[in-house]
Amino acid sequence: MSEISEIAIAAAIIIGGIFILVGGYGLVKLDNPMSRLHAPTKAGTLGVGSILVASSINAFATGSGSLNEMLIMAFLFVTAPVSAHFIAKVAIHRGRIHDELPPCGEDDDWATKSDDVGASPPPDTPNHPQTEGSKA
Amino acid sequence: MIAYALTFGFAAVGIAQLLSLWRLLRGPGSGDRVLALDTISLNAVALIVLYGIAQNTQVYFEAALLIAMVGFISTVAYARFILRRDVIE
Repeated sequence: MSEISEIAIAAAIIIGGIFILVGGYGLVKLDNPMSRLHAPTKAGTLGVGSILVASSINAFATGSGSLNEMLIMAFLFVTAPVSAHFIAKVAIHRGRIHDELPPCGEDDDWATKSDDVGASPPPDTPNHPQTEGSKA
Repeated sequence: MIAYALTFGFAAVGIAQLLSLWRLLRGPGSGDRVLALDTISLNAVALIVLYGIAQNTQVYFEAALLIAMVGFISTVAYARFILRRDVIE
C-alpha cells in the first residue's frame, strides 16, 4: 500500500470520527427538539459518508477494488432527509412546540397540521368501498 | 498510521453511541427517542465499516447495507406509528 493512500485513508477515518462525535455530542447538548434534529442527521451522515470513502479507498489500495461502499453512501444520503422529515413531523405534532412555531404567512396553519394528515387519527373507516365487493 | 486512525475512529464512534444511548434513555419526547435510535443505527453502520477496514476484508459490506436499510425502515415505521397510531393502513 502506497504512502498516499495510507494518508488518505487515515485522514478520512479521522474526519469521519470527528463528524460522528460532534453529531453525538450535539444530540446530547442541544436543548430544543428541533435543534437536536440537526446534529445527527447532518453531521452523522457526513461522518458515515467519510468513513465509507475511507473503506472504498482501502478496497482500491489493497487490490480488490469495488464500489460497494458507494451503494451504502447513496442509500444513506437519500434516506437521511426522509427520516429527518418524519422525525420533525413527530416533533411538531407530538412535542408540544406549537407555540414556538413561526407564523406561516398567508395560509391558516402549517401544511402538516392543517389537513387530516397529522395529530388526530382519522375516523375509523373500515375500508374503501371498492374493495368491499372484490373481497367477497 | 491506519492503526492509530482506526483506534481514534472506534473511540469516537463508540462515544457517539454512548451519547445517543443516553439520549435514548433520557429523551423527553418520543421524537427524541426515535432520533436516537436512528443515530444508533447510523453509527452501527460506521462501526461495521471500520471493523471491515481493520480486518481488511469486504465481508461486512452486506451487514452494513442491511443495517442501513433496517434502520431507515424502522425509523419511518416508528414515526408513522407515533403520528397515526398505525403503520400500514
